[in-house]
Amino acid sequence: MTAATPTTPPGPDPLTPVLTRRWLSPRSWSIDTYEQLEGYEALRYALGKDPDRIIQLVKDSGLRGRGGAGFPTGMKWGFIPQGSTGPGAKPKYLVINADEGEPGTCKDIPTMMADPHSLVEGCIITSYAIRANFCAIYVRGEALHCIRRVRHAVEEAYAKGYLGKDILGSGFDLDIVVHAGAGAYICGEETALLDSLEGRRGQPRLKPPFPATAGLYASPTVVNNVETIASVPAIVSGGSDWFRAMGSEKSPGPKIYSVSGHVERPGQYEAPLGITLRQLLELAGGMKDGVPLKFWTPGGSSTPIFTAEHLDVPLDFEGAAAAGSMLGTTAVQVFNETVSVPWAVMKWTQFYKHESCGKCTPCREGTYWLELILERMVRGQGTEGDIETLLDVCDNILGRAFCALGDGATSPITSAIQYFRQEFLDLIAAQPAVAHPDQLAELSGATA
Amino acid sequence: MTLPGGNPEMNAPSAAAPDEVVWEPVVDDPAVVAPVFDELTRQRTKEIISRYPQPRSALLPLLHLVQSVEGFVSQDGIRYCAEALELTTAEVSAVATFYTMYKRTPCGQHLVSVCTNTLCATLGGDDIYGRLKEKLGVGHEETAGEPGTVGSITLEHAECLAACDLAPVLQVNYEFFDNQTVESAEALVDALQAGEKPNPTRGAPLTDFRTVEMELAGVFPDLARSVEGPSVADETLRGARLAADRGWRAPSMPDSPPDLPALPEKK
Repeated sequence: MTAATPTTPPGPDPLTPVLTRRWLSPRSWSIDTYEQLEGYEALRYALGKDPDRIIQLVKDSGLRGRGGAGFPTGMKWGFIPQGSTGPGAKPKYLVINADEGEPGTCKDIPTMMADPHSLVEGCIITSYAIRANFCAIYVRGEALHCIRRVRHAVEEAYAKGYLGKDILGSGFDLDIVVHAGAGAYICGEETALLDSLEGRRGQPRLKPPFPATAGLYASPTVVNNVETIASVPAIVSGGSDWFRAMGSEKSPGPKIYSVSGHVERPGQYEAPLGITLRQLLELAGGMKDGVPLKFWTPGGSSTPIFTAEHLDVPLDFEGAAAAGSMLGTTAVQVFNETVSVPWAVMKWTQFYKHESCGKCTPCREGTYWLELILERMVRGQGTEGDIETLLDVCDNILGRAFCALGDGATSPITSAIQYFRQEFLDLIAAQPAVAHPDQLAELSGATA
Repeated sequence: MTLPGGNPEMNAPSAAAPDEVVWEPVVDDPAVVAPVFDELTRQRTKEIISRYPQPRSALLPLLHLVQSVEGFVSQDGIRYCAEALELTTAEVSAVATFYTMYKRTPCGQHLVSVCTNTLCATLGGDDIYGRLKEKLGVGHEETAGEPGTVGSITLEHAECLAACDLAPVLQVNYEFFDNQTVESAEALVDALQAGEKPNPTRGAPLTDFRTVEMELAGVFPDLARSVEGPSVADETLRGARLAADRGWRAPSMPDSPPDLPALPEKK
């Protein structure tokens, strides 16, 4: 049953700024602004309460992970063993995945730059709930200015007594370290991130055991995305019914949609989960110069592409999946008719090949061959058999790779062939070969 | 199980086996490490290690620190990290070679990273990278000018820099220059080569590659100032502004936080 109090209007507004509600304020990233705008009130309320009831609140809210997979956050926290004996006696850790790098995804970086304290407050409440005394925020190395803002926020929080020993007299201790990555997309995978945080090559671990039992330093660990944790203070302040007044039953809450590409006004739009591309395009001023839409990603390059047929697919976890893709990170990349699908797919495949960590054979070797075949096609030297070969290689990666990177590498290819097979065939038919760079420029429409 | 004729090693050419193997140091003169990594660096190293529950977690920051001193990660740098964390040089090398931000050859005063992932490339990123390559006469991870001297530039093409709403983007020393064109990128590189430091669209005033590597190690020379660098572009605020203009907002929160839910009955 959906929760609706009598004061709740029939439906939420098209945009519902929660995470972005402070972004327009001057120096929104400073603790002064944050505190003026109800900052750290949720923490004051939560400290001293039964931590299990905070976990229950997050479970009731229906908050799902915002890093792409959509795992229920409260359930993840509930997996952490508690107690003074056995596995519960080990130290527990909270690790924030701020290694934003999925092509198209650009929500966590603006969040950390504009409102780092919402993340810090979320970290403190979460650590209290799961009984962790150490939290690491693993920020992508290239996001240097975020690192400054988050580090500065952490220092401000220490100075105000929100971090350190005996926080606000509650007896709860917490240290937060802001850790810079060093340029590896794979570290967005939670177990690779943990290995990286332990000072190793960022390669994924075999699961099980899951991080909840054997995470950082083989201790119980929660790994959550920035947007997930930054949502926690609002959930404490507003309650689960308030949170559920936005979005759908199974995908509740607001979400930052990052609209990029061939639209008039690209940017960050925070809307209730379930908004459609048609509505987003309206908000973003429509297609750039009126050139029609050709294809788009609902949540980054690892989510199968959509076409103009999918304008009305509700962009929540269930809606995107039912239409054959995934919600991912709600990184909506919009491409118009001037863009060659095989070229775009080749570019994405070059990315996966570069970022494959090399640990497992299907992904390491598969992405290598996928790249070569696609580059040959775009060069004008493809054969009809290449399409089947691509699908065959994808079939040998999907479900057989060590982690989701391999699966993600197949998504653009299989979905592109599904919707645009004829374009691949036309490209093959358009032989003889054209010199590589010229054709690339022509196909990309980059000069347009 | 016994292999025929003993074991495979017995077939190898016999070598005089000393009782104790003494490995020769990789670097002939150990003293060369000392002056590069001075007392201040050693002090910072200790501070960085002390932040983590386990010392090895400090390896990534320490490699950034090494880059801030050397301008890249040399064998000396590898050995320095290995000594600081009681690891082998092989263990440190394995890490240093895995991550793209650790450079194995000396870098320029500035590192220019052009996003050439699909979306940026579509909007002009490939053209920008192509033009800069031509202009500087270098390829990926190559340096125009004498590394470390004023105006020297290391060029690279980067994967998605997570600023897609501001595409095409490039970074100089990891500070964002948004909504670039071939012309603006060329002008930027001209200025860098002339020793100027144009302000980024988002980020702190430009310094140089070594300084930002120190920041990545977690050592901030002037955080109070650098944190003030701008961060919001029009694109970032579009949704928030549109909501404000139209009077759209999230449902109102209750005046005070509602009671936390009771726990379900345990079996």
